Amino acid sequence: MPSATIRPETQYATLHQQGEAAQLGMWVFLATETLFFGALIFTYYLYRISYPEAIAHASEDTVLWCGSVNLALLLTSSLTMVLAINAAAQGRRGAAMALLLATIVLGFCFLGVKGYEYAADYSDKVVPAVNFTLKPGEPPASELFWIYYFVATGLHAIHVTTGLGLLLYVFWRLRQRRVTAAYYAPIEVVGLYWSFVDTVWIFLFPTIYLAGRL
Amino acid sequence: MAMIAAEAEPTYLDNENTIASWLLTKDHKRIALMFLASITAFFFVGGFAATLIRLHLATPNGLLQPSMYNRMFTMHGVIMVWFFLIPSIPTTLGNFLIPLMIGAHDLAFPRINLMSWYVFNLSGLVLLYALIMGGVDTGWTFYTPYSTSFSNGYVFAAALAVFVNGFSSIMTGLNFVVTIHRLRAPGMTWDRLPLFIWGIYSVSIVMLLATPVLAMDTLLLAVERFVGTGMFDPLRGGDPLLWQHMFWFYSHPAVYIMILPAMGLVSELIACYARRPIFGYSGMTIAMMAIAILSFFVWAHHMFVAGISIYSAILFSLTTFFVAVPSAIKVFNWTVSLHKGAIIFDAPMLYALGFVLLFTIGGVTGLMLATLGVDVPVHDTYFVIAHFHYIMVGATVSAFFGGVHFWWPKMTGRHYPEAWARFAAILAFAGFNLTFFPQYILGNLGMPRRYYTYPAEWQSWNLLSSAGASILAVAYALPLFYLGWSLFYGKRADPNPWRATGLEWLTPSPPPKDNFEHTPTVLIGPYSYDPESDRYTTQDGVSHA
Ligand SMILES: [Cu+2]
Repeated sequence: MPSATIRPETQYATLHQQGEAAQLGMWVFLATETLFFGALIFTYYLYRISYPEAIAHASEDTVLWCGSVNLALLLTSSLTMVLAINAAAQGRRGAAMALLLATIVLGFCFLGVKGYEYAADYSDKVVPAVNFTLKPGEPPASELFWIYYFVATGLHAIHVTTGLGLLLYVFWRLRQRRVTAAYYAPIEVVGLYWSFVDTVWIFLFPTIYLAGRL
Repeated sequence: MAMIAAEAEPTYLDNENTIASWLLTKDHKRIALMFLASITAFFFVGGFAATLIRLHLATPNGLLQPSMYNRMFTMHGVIMVWFFLIPSIPTTLGNFLIPLMIGAHDLAFPRINLMSWYVFNLSGLVLLYALIMGGVDTGWTFYTPYSTSFSNGYVFAAALAVFVNGFSSIMTGLNFVVTIHRLRAPGMTWDRLPLFIWGIYSVSIVMLLATPVLAMDTLLLAVERFVGTGMFDPLRGGDPLLWQHMFWFYSHPAVYIMILPAMGLVSELIACYARRPIFGYSGMTIAMMAIAILSFFVWAHHMFVAGISIYSAILFSLTTFFVAVPSAIKVFNWTVSLHKGAIIFDAPMLYALGFVLLFTIGGVTGLMLATLGVDVPVHDTYFVIAHFHYIMVGATVSAFFGGVHFWWPKMTGRHYPEAWARFAAILAFAGFNLTFFPQYILGNLGMPRRYYTYPAEWQSWNLLSSAGASILAVAYALPLFYLGWSLFYGKRADPNPWRATGLEWLTPSPPPKDNFEHTPTVLIGPYSYDPESDRYTTQDGVSHA
């Protein structure tokens, strides 16, 4: 039996206890992440209230289709992710690996679209301190929007990249049969993280792309 | 038979002896000692800066250049807050004791624990780089737009150091919360947890929820400083007060990050040395959790004169008053716990009693500062400096020293020399009051903080304060010598030298690598001391004479 080789670490009595600890650990970590992104979104609303026109004006210059495609990509990847967890829990290893691979591909597509969008932003001269020119009639405070945009999407992209690294790691562990129906906490925990990354985008999307368009 | 087996087993200190076995260890006890070494080093670097500050202020004309003086108080603040006080009790005694006190074999995530130590030292190196290259002159609060647009110090590196340091805090807090939730021994219910564990639990929650906000704040500061964006620059529409709001959203709770573990720790000491159960155990736990939660709703009391609206100032003044309620409950309960106790005045108890007294003075003057009418004149004066040093140094550092002495036999297997330790404890108490009580008076007279000079008529108070600081320095350096001596020549300690009730005293001193041969079963709550008959019952239900 390959699953017999998985043993709990010394501080745990059972694999079940180890899995529960890992899950709680990820939930606690996501609580800190919520405060981290929450603080950033708080700064956004501060300036949104202080300079409603400037923020709306700047928001119209974002590339809506890039943001929307990326929203679709991430939402789909969350679906394949939970299906992968489900398959792993039922011991369908091949299906779990295929679904995990789909999640990884969707994640890379997200980063590709994001990179394209950054290039478009650069030629649109909206990168603060690097390549920034106010458009005629645009209020100066719109620069604050673009700081928020690059810090928020940049941090989010780092999180997506981290998530992809974790997904590849779990994929490798599945291949090694070190994640099985008897102990699938690793894929579950990574799934939690991936859902969080998805959720952050759901919150960033309206603040960035819809502020000036509604 | 059990005794022979326990003695034959190698301790956590000598089961492996290579350097790699320390640097790659996953043993929470070894990591605790590594943290102790790191924070002790930083304590003396920060203390060195404090020494220079007090030397400078001994005379109105001073001995440092104004710009150097600014760099010294910034270095003192940054190092003492993030590199000593915040990690002090949790990463050392917390790391060492949590698994032992709850009957576990290690923390939930030993690798994350080790990584926390490396990240902590990495952030320390970044900070030392900033200091060696020329330092920072903003004060530990990094107020914008001075820090972003005008300061010519190494603000970027210092902000980066604080940012990275936060990861270490978060990793440690996360590990503690999960461990306390998931790895308690059979029978160790929440209402049987030692109060030290409750202190660590509440502080971990504060660390986890407050640190990310500071991380975002320092990240935005670093970006602004490095790339030249204008998030906090009023000339470009940015709001400099935004920095202060996010900074104090972390840094007020940070004060409770320093005090909550100390409160838990002192409860252990008072119960053991008064040979009495802690009065109002559940009140103590509720008070600690209440302080943790309330800490998130008081931050703007640091900004009463920063230009916030009078209505929010009134609100934040009120919430700050609320914090006094659980704090007073705790002081009341410690005092009642001493009543009719058979008090033993050993060094840890001297530190604990000093804690209660100095915390009370610091807390009461904190209430004065929470009052809007009082805060406006004394804001940014030495009154504030004296107030927070009574809490952070008088209370927290006393508790830390008391804890290190109390658990020293458990950590090292050796007794410290009691007479020297008592002498150091009394010296620290005297030196502390001599240093900081005159600062209340100076603040009341109107001496502003962070000024490098002052009118000649304030010299006597300043001189008194500087004299006290030299006594304090001796008192803080002394343990380094006699504790170091005790490592080699101290009397060997048996498993339970203080006849205390926690699970950590059931295992040999020092403990074996996996803490317990068999996972203990807990039958009763902590602090079953009987002052009348001098009997006590450890948490596994065994009664001792
Ligand atoms: Cu405060």
